[in-house]
Amino acid sequence: MGEITTWVFFFLIFPGMLFAVFVGLAMSWVDRKVTALVQWRKGPPVTQPLWDVLKLLGKEVIVPAQAWAGGFLAFPFVAFSAVAVAGTFVWMAATGFGPPPMGDLIVVLYLLTVPTLAVILGGAASGNPLGAVGASRDMKLLLAYELPFVIALLVAVFQERVVDGETIRAGTLSLSGLVEFQDLAGSILLRPSGFLAFLVALFCAHAKLGFVPFDLAEAECEIGEGALLEYSGAALALFKLTQAVLLATMPVLLVTVFWGGMDPGVGGVLAFVGKIVLILVLFVLIKNTNPRVRIDQAMRFFWGPVTIVALLALLLAQLGL
Amino acid sequence: MANATPRVPSLFLKALKKSPWVFHVGTSGCNNCDIEIADCLTPRYDIERFGMKLAGSPRHADVMLITGPVSRACREPLQQAWLEMPRPRAAVMVGACACSMGAYKDAYSVTGPPDKVLLEVDPDARFVYVPGCPPKPETIIMGIVKLLGAL
Repeated sequence: MGEITTWVFFFLIFPGMLFAVFVGLAMSWVDRKVTALVQWRKGPPVTQPLWDVLKLLGKEVIVPAQAWAGGFLAFPFVAFSAVAVAGTFVWMAATGFGPPPMGDLIVVLYLLTVPTLAVILGGAASGNPLGAVGASRDMKLLLAYELPFVIALLVAVFQERVVDGETIRAGTLSLSGLVEFQDLAGSILLRPSGFLAFLVALFCAHAKLGFVPFDLAEAECEIGEGALLEYSGAALALFKLTQAVLLATMPVLLVTVFWGGMDPGVGGVLAFVGKIVLILVLFVLIKNTNPRVRIDQAMRFFWGPVTIVALLALLLAQLGL
Repeated sequence: MANATPRVPSLFLKALKKSPWVFHVGTSGCNNCDIEIADCLTPRYDIERFGMKLAGSPRHADVMLITGPVSRACREPLQQAWLEMPRPRAAVMVGACACSMGAYKDAYSVTGPPDKVLLEVDPDARFVYVPGCPPKPETIIMGIVKLLGAL
């Protein structure tokens, strides 16, 4: 019984749902603020994302007449719960908080796919033609970035180093195992193979977050937020929270797999926060300096150069570089 | 707008005032007011400071900005877009044409000012009027602030 209570605490409060929601909202404020600064604007106050969500929670939820009501209302919950669980696993592995988490890389990868699937299904259930366009683009984008993303994460798994005349291999799919390996052998990011894989994973995480130039699935000025078009009120708020938690998860996943997670102590925490903010600001700068690509350009980009670089990194990792 | 939902919880009301998302409808005006609305987003005025954001879909919006007189072709789309907005909702009439038909008064191609057209489908609809041809961005922002104050 005690163990169940602890896990409920992990999943719902720290480092799970509640914590991830607040971190995610703070990070989406950083996103909006840095965007505003890039455009020489002042930008919204720090509480803005929280007010947005509170307002959406209070608004009327409209189910369109042509929609499949059950699915339309259920998919936001599916998306949010999946990403909250994924966030819990990633944060527990990164911070070393609590027992070694049950989830490994494969579980996290699949859980991070579920929100996209839920958006696709929700868009299809809304019965709106633009929603269907958004859903179809989301599906193609998922197929495009998932392949190089998996290869890039495998590069971390295949790392091997010579420490004190002894060869050690990462050889584990567990996130905390990867953190332990990097404690012994140094960050994976600092090696040629690791750096290339990190770059690839950065682009894939960017597309997974749906940021410009890969925001073609929700293209506001073109198909009016695509699959989310018909959502209103609390259902929309859940999708916004899903995006916030995803934003709180992806940089931490990159830091965990390629950049050694969090070291204990105040300095370790500060360095960890610095790494996350650095990756986040990198995302925002890429987002603000690139125009949106078409879906065929996005697929060509991910299955072409990005996958080739990922395979090259895999080859380098096999050679021990 | 206060009668759209009978009892509005105060936290929600505060959140609504802090983050009014705006959906912009041009009902066949001369496009000048639309350009002034776009000006509100520029660094000089930056309405995102107040949490205002242009929404891509009426489903996401709290406030509808309407410019221009309502032409025959725009009549039903405008009414439909209004009914698609979740409650509580309000509209801001931007410019002389949206307030009182302006230069289009008695023209053969228009069917009335937007407020009358909306009242036909929703008697509870509430409006704020921002006159001018076109109104300055400051005036548009003041109109929305007055609307939020009246909630």
